[in-house]
Amino acid sequence: MGQLSLNQRAALLSLVMLVVGLLVWELSIPAQKAAEELTEYERLTGAGSAKAGVPPPSDVLAKAWEQLSNPFYDAGPNDKGIGIQIGYSIYRVLTGYALAAALAIPLGFLIGMSPVAYKALNPFIQVLRPISPLAWMPLALFIIGDSEASAIFVIFICSIWPMLINTAFGVAAVRQDWVNVARTHELGHLKTAFFVILPAAAPTIVTGMRISIGIAWLVIVAAEMLVGGTGIGYYVWNEWNNLDLTSVVFSILMIGVVGMMLDAAFGYLQRTVSYVE
Amino acid sequence: MSKPFLSIEELTQVYPDGKGGELTVFEKASFGVEKGEFVVILGHSGCGKSTIMNILAGLAEPTSGVVKMDGYEVSGPSLDRGVVFQNYSLLPWLSTLKNVTFGVAARHPEWSKAQVVEHSTKFLAMVGLEGDVIHRKPSQLSGGMRQRVSIARAFANHPQLLLLDEPFGALDALTRGTIQDELLKIWGGTEQTVFMITHDIDEAILLADRILLMTNGPFARVAESVEITIPRPRTRTTIVDHPNYYAIRNHLVHFLGERSKELAGQKGDEVNKPVPVRIDKTVSVSESEPETPRPLRAVNS
Ligand SMILES: Nc1ncnc2c1ncn2[C@@H]1O[C@H](COP(=O)(O)OP(=O)(O)OP(=O)(O)O)[C@@H](O)[C@H]1O
Ligand SMILES: [Mg+2]
Repeated sequence: MGQLSLNQRAALLSLVMLVVGLLVWELSIPAQKAAEELTEYERLTGAGSAKAGVPPPSDVLAKAWEQLSNPFYDAGPNDKGIGIQIGYSIYRVLTGYALAAALAIPLGFLIGMSPVAYKALNPFIQVLRPISPLAWMPLALFIIGDSEASAIFVIFICSIWPMLINTAFGVAAVRQDWVNVARTHELGHLKTAFFVILPAAAPTIVTGMRISIGIAWLVIVAAEMLVGGTGIGYYVWNEWNNLDLTSVVFSILMIGVVGMMLDAAFGYLQRTVSYVE
Repeated sequence: MSKPFLSIEELTQVYPDGKGGELTVFEKASFGVEKGEFVVILGHSGCGKSTIMNILAGLAEPTSGVVKMDGYEVSGPSLDRGVVFQNYSLLPWLSTLKNVTFGVAARHPEWSKAQVVEHSTKFLAMVGLEGDVIHRKPSQLSGGMRQRVSIARAFANHPQLLLLDEPFGALDALTRGTIQDELLKIWGGTEQTVFMITHDIDEAILLADRILLMTNGPFARVAESVEITIPRPRTRTTIVDHPNYYAIRNHLVHFLGERSKELAGQKGDEVNKPVPVRIDKTVSVSESEPETPRPLRAVNS
């Protein structure tokens, strides 16, 4: 053990925990099936039958293999490959998120630069921010009508706040010394914003963007369960209705993996814009 | 008498003191700087030197009073007034070279990228930064190196007026010497006017045509304007042999050691103009007497 680096030891430990966890899970399944005391609900949902029980990891792995070997098949509205479903979700998240960024970052800049704008907009932000994004859904469905656009709107509304607040904060906190450097070089407002304030505030802004994408990914699953049709959230709900818990567990894992990748992308972006003072 | 190149007229700076009251840093300070002159301002920490410089740079507005350069009132910063900030103020996300090209490109928008880089590299080399170092970020440089980048950035722009806030504070004696020489070379070869803050008396005597002495704050006064009567070119080793050197040096030491305190806090409604002091041992005492009245004589004997 002494020769292994910290990372190697951590990786080894992770692997051990994974194997032990899966083993415990696998072994506990027959015991659960043997239990005869089923509640009324379990009997109704068919928990007693072999198919509806919590699947052992081996089943999930088999399912994953099956799904991932053909992720883009399309056999009608209720039977699409996991790749297609995730694709829909990512499309909605990125669309709503991009719209939010396009509004939040310039607006945050304005708020950060101008104390008046900050004071004027603050009450609205404070009231709108704590609203659960899903609470907007009925209103969105009513006004927009289209369920697809409503899901995108919900993503838009939930991603906007962390980006707006972080941008405003980052811009307001830019050191006066750096702004003075721009001023002594007679840089105009636009150049100062692009070449001094933006890079100076970028780490804070990107942190806000990273928080936003995380929230957006959390919210899309719930939103799609509500609006239905397509997407990973709908897929989870649909498989639950089909009592295919293996697919449910598999899609839960996929949600985690995609979320992790989205976060990693922003983590990378964060590293590229960060600087040491 | 014609107006000097840079004319500071009845400058007053009042800050809130953080307890609801007011803190007057200095009041009605007035002095002039001639074109091509090298003026150093000496005073204890907190007396308001950086405040004066920020006003000269156009970065801060005085509470009252005006600064005129070439007859025009200074309002806002300009590329004609280059600043070396006390805390370097490098942009940490840019490499050393980019920190300098940033300024050069702003000064010469018509230059090609290669020209800008060449010019910047030349000035970085002048302050002893060459090779790989110029591609590092400021955070990867030592304090002295950062200061040199900041100096290169200001020098590379050939401003009419160079404002230097303790530009050599973080440098070791050896580098300090080299860059002082560089500064004298750059200044000597141009029409540049230099206004510099320092805490180092020897540095002030080596570089300055005239030293402004400030009393302690609050209500700091620009009390004296001491002419450095040592001919140029000066070098660190030869100036100490000049008969005026120790006389001037003693005068400055006494001022900073005792009189800056004694004279401090004197409110006056009248305009605060520094008393001109000329210490010259190379001429007979009777000649220099009328120019330096008051107890200053004591330090000259
Ligand atoms: N923004 C500000 N608000 C309130 N007081 C200030 C402000 N800036 C400076 N002061 C005060 O003004 C006085 C002069 O400050 P200044 O920075 O000009 O001193 P300094 O002579 O440059 O000192 P040092 O040699 O330490 O750099 C100090 O007492 C300081 O507390
Ligand atoms: Mg200072």
